[in-house]
Amino acid sequence: MPAPSPNGPAPDSVFASSGDLATEISRAADADVATRDPLHNLDPDQVEGERAGKRLGPIFWIAVGVFAVIAIAAILAPWLPLKSHTVPVGRPSQPPSSQFWMGTDSLGRDIFSRAIWGGRVSLQVGFASILFGLFFGGIVGVIAGYRRGRTETVLMGAMDVLLSFPSLLLALSIVSFTDNREWWLVSIAIGIVAIAPIARLVRANTLVYSQREFVMAARSLGASTSRIIFKEIIPNVVFPVMSYAIILVAVAIVGEAALAYLGLSVRPPIPTWGGMIADGRPKLENAPWISLMPCLVLFVTVLALNLAGDRIREYFDIKEGGL
Amino acid sequence: MRFVRRKLVQLVAVILCVTFLSFLLLELLPGDPATKLCAGASDDKCVEAKRAELNLDDPLPVRYARWLGDVATGDLGTSARNAQPVLDSLKERLPVTIEILLYSQFLALGIAIPLALIAARRAGGIFDRGSTAILFALLAIPNFVLATVLILIFPVRLGLFQATGYTPFTENPLQSLGSLFLPAVTLAAAECAVYMRLFRTDLIATLQEDYITMARAKGMSPRRVLFGHAFKPSTFSLITVIGLNFGRLIGGTLLIEVIFSINGLGKYTVDSILGQDYIPLQGAILVIAIGYVLINFAIDLLYAALDPRIRHARALA
Repeated sequence: MPAPSPNGPAPDSVFASSGDLATEISRAADADVATRDPLHNLDPDQVEGERAGKRLGPIFWIAVGVFAVIAIAAILAPWLPLKSHTVPVGRPSQPPSSQFWMGTDSLGRDIFSRAIWGGRVSLQVGFASILFGLFFGGIVGVIAGYRRGRTETVLMGAMDVLLSFPSLLLALSIVSFTDNREWWLVSIAIGIVAIAPIARLVRANTLVYSQREFVMAARSLGASTSRIIFKEIIPNVVFPVMSYAIILVAVAIVGEAALAYLGLSVRPPIPTWGGMIADGRPKLENAPWISLMPCLVLFVTVLALNLAGDRIREYFDIKEGGL
Repeated sequence: MRFVRRKLVQLVAVILCVTFLSFLLLELLPGDPATKLCAGASDDKCVEAKRAELNLDDPLPVRYARWLGDVATGDLGTSARNAQPVLDSLKERLPVTIEILLYSQFLALGIAIPLALIAARRAGGIFDRGSTAILFALLAIPNFVLATVLILIFPVRLGLFQATGYTPFTENPLQSLGSLFLPAVTLAAAECAVYMRLFRTDLIATLQEDYITMARAKGMSPRRVLFGHAFKPSTFSLITVIGLNFGRLIGGTLLIEVIFSINGLGKYTVDSILGQDYIPLQGAILVIAIGYVLINFAIDLLYAALDPRIRHARALA
């Protein structure tokens, strides 16, 4: 046993023989302080992420890059030197070539430019519907999570009823009400479906944060309910919910494509990915690229969003169990 | 018992809400439902008849109560397109959809459970990381995209299985399973990925418990530890998710039955929507939503039967 160092206090020497234990205990205590005491770090999620050496990593940036290319192409579609996306520009059912990068469909329209124009609808609906869902689901979730009691029971009960309809069925029934299917109507249909899961997520996060000391502090200082909700709770809930929202955008894009496949999204001649896949279905034997090209674009978009969303979610470390 | 009673009360409440929403479907149609139902007819006779048939002049709660009574006695109305009673069509089509649902769940679990067991035995190993990555990509494939690719590969290129149609199970079980193979695989793919990820995570968590270390220390073989000790405690979240996923699967059958032209409940629903035939749609939505609620009720009970902690925790709460 080594001699106790002269300047070391007595309790230290107790752990001298098992230095590891001492560091373990202090580290555990530090971790406890970090999670228990919000005053020491205002954003525990981020600090924990950095300690564990968490990085977003190259896959995340590749996914973001791929998605950015698709999004920019879709946004700039009217100004890009594309062939017409509504009228035939070549012979029907031509395979991909240097002239038609993705081939032509059964009417002789250029699949490449149709895929880019179709991306406009997909992305518009994908983002608009989730924003709609975030707005209303967010309101329901924050109120239910903050007020608790009877309000919570009623609101979350209503969400449970909404959830007892399979999502695609709910979207289909909403869309079926109207013959005038603009992109924003499709967005609202999908957005309504998104309300319930978002409300659950927001409520779970609100519950956690409304128990925290800084909320209690604000309340004891006499802050009004709306101030607590807007200044203390919402800024904390936004990040975890946003990272989940990225994955929901991918789900909404698939939902739009599914509606389009059934012919229930925006009307032709506006191209949609789902509609293009359905158009190619009878031609699968002789001209598979008519279906496969939009399939590929849809798959890449969804995969990129999923990968990016998953990495961000891991970065902010949100428990899936809360959903 | 208290737990079961609580759950039953919840079940009745949710079913009432669900029936009310299905009923509202017709009410929410813009304009007069009778005009909408008679979209094809030119004269007012049809509208008059429909108004009388649906008692549209009564107040809403009265009509809801009457409709609920009709539904309880099995009268779901008749289709405007082929004048067939909705109940008969649903009876005819429901078994097909149930077969697809069960078939795909069995396929998904049959693939996911062994994969998860292999992956969890060596967490972080090549097999674990490889299968996780592949399944993640699988999750990003929308089911109608997968269906398109499968049709291209199997019936079109290889001449295996059929791309359309269906043989009833009671007629020829083997042929029936063959005819539904591609639809079931399509639906199973995403489920499989979810189940595998979930079960793997739970298995790994269970394998770190003290009693597993104890079992290992006693010299028990890894196989017995895995199947005898770790398997059952790891299945809880899997079971819950199986129940929840039925909803997604039912949504999936809407598309899949259309793609593979199978006359099930899903295609019936979509056809009703496309044909603006609202009374069959109401019936189909009702059956689907109630089926989904009942499945989740059964799963809740099963869950409680497997894990006594749930029974007590939730009953007390």
